[in-house]
Amino acid sequence: MLSTNLKHIQSESDFHQTLSDNENVMVCCGRMGPMCIPVYDVMEKLEPKYPHVQFRDLEFDGPAGHLIRNLPEVRGFNGLPFTVYFRKGKVVAATSSIQNRKQVTEILEREFAPAQASAGAAV
Amino acid sequence: MVKRYDAIILGGGPAGLTAGIYLGRARLKTAIIDSGSLGGQMIMTYAVANYPGVLEASGRDIAMTMKAQAKSFGCELFSNVEVTNIELSGDEKTIEVEDEGTFVAPVVIIATGGVPRTLGIPSEAEFKGRGISYCATCDGDFFTGKNVVAIGGGNTAIEESVALTKYASSVTVVHEFDHFQAHPFAVDQARNNPKVHFLMEQDIREFVGTDNLEKVIVAHKRTGEVTEIPAEGAFIFIGYVPNTDMFKGQVALNDRGEIIADESMQTDLPGVYAAGDSRVKRYRQITTAVADGSIAAMSATEYLRNRLQPASSVKNVA
Repeated sequence: MLSTNLKHIQSESDFHQTLSDNENVMVCCGRMGPMCIPVYDVMEKLEPKYPHVQFRDLEFDGPAGHLIRNLPEVRGFNGLPFTVYFRKGKVVAATSSIQNRKQVTEILEREFAPAQASAGAAV
Repeated sequence: MVKRYDAIILGGGPAGLTAGIYLGRARLKTAIIDSGSLGGQMIMTYAVANYPGVLEASGRDIAMTMKAQAKSFGCELFSNVEVTNIELSGDEKTIEVEDEGTFVAPVVIIATGGVPRTLGIPSEAEFKGRGISYCATCDGDFFTGKNVVAIGGGNTAIEESVALTKYASSVTVVHEFDHFQAHPFAVDQARNNPKVHFLMEQDIREFVGTDNLEKVIVAHKRTGEVTEIPAEGAFIFIGYVPNTDMFKGQVALNDRGEIIADESMQTDLPGVYAAGDSRVKRYRQITTAVADGSIAAMSATEYLRNRLQPASSVKNVA
C-alpha cells in the first residue's frame, strides 16, 4: 500500500466501485518514488478544494495496477506516475511522469469544472 | 488575511526545514512556505548514504523526519502553494500567497533551492513521459532491452548511466564537454561497462519520434557533424539552476542567478538571509544545506534580538 494520506484503490472491485459511484475521479498510479511523491502531495493539497472530485492513489505493481497500466490511453507512457482522470467512468485525460500543482489544476478545471459537475442543478 | 510571524522561510528543502527547526526551538513564530512538496530535491533521492548519523535512508524519509521536527517545534508549514508577490525591502517583509493570504515578518530566509536545468528544446516537453525521463530508478524498467541516451557528465549522469545498464541494452552518454565533471571512480565504472558508450562535445539538437521517442539528434560542438542516435529513452541529468527569479531586483545575485550572502548567510538586505542551493556556494549537498539553514536561523535569531533592543543598549565588545 502506498504511504500517502489519499484514499487507496486496493483491488479491482474497489477500482470499479469507485468509478461507478463517482462522476469525477482522479487516479494516480505509481510507486513511492521521487517522481510520484510530488503528485500525491499535490492531490492531497487539492482534495479539499475539489469536493466534487474523488482523489485516489493506486499501487503501480499492486493487484489492481494493471487496470491503469493496460488502459489504451496510457499506451506508450514510460514515466511514472500514470495519472488518469475519469468522468462518468470514461478516461478524459491522462498524464505520464511528474506533474506540478499548476498542471494538475489545469486538468481538473478543464475536465471537472464545477459548472459541468452540477449541470442542471440549482446553485 | 494578514498572518504575522517572526520569520518566514521560503523553501522547504533541507536548508529551509533546518532553519525552521532552529527558529522553532528559539520559540520564534515561523512559517515555511514552499511552492512544491516539502523536502525539496532531497525527496528526489532514493538512497542517501552520506548523511552523518544515518547509515542509509531514502531522501523522502529524511525529509519527513525533518518536517516532523520542524512541526514539533511549532513551525507552520505551507506546501504546494503559489507565491504571488514578494516584497523584501523595508523593516517588515511581505509575502502574498494565493488562498492563504499575506504573510508578514521582519525576517525572511530564502531557501528556494534549485530547479532542474532544461535543454531549452521544445521537443523535450513533448516527449516527457514518452521517452524522456529524469529518474533512472523510477523509469528504468520501462526501457528493458532498449537503447537509451543519458545526457550529462556529472556524478548523477554517470552513476545513473551505469544503473540503467541493468535494464537497457545500451546506454549512450552524451556530454557537452570533452571531459566529465563526475568523480574518476564513477567514470571508470562507466568506462568499464560494455553497455555504456560515449559521445563527447555534443549539442542536443532534437528529440524525434511519432508518439514516442525514437531518436536523438546531436551535433558536434566544434565540427558541427550531426549524429542520429536511435533511442527509445533519453534520461536528462544536466543539473539544477538556482530558483531565484522571483528575487531579481530585490536581493543581490551573481551572474548565475545565485544569491550573494556572507558567512552568516546575510544578504545585502537587512533581515533577509539565504541558505542552501539558491546561494553562491561551491558544494551542494544535504549536509551543506543543513549547515546553511542552521547558520541562517541563528543569524536571524540574533538579528531579531538586537532589533528589539534600542541601539544605545547594545554594548560594543572590543
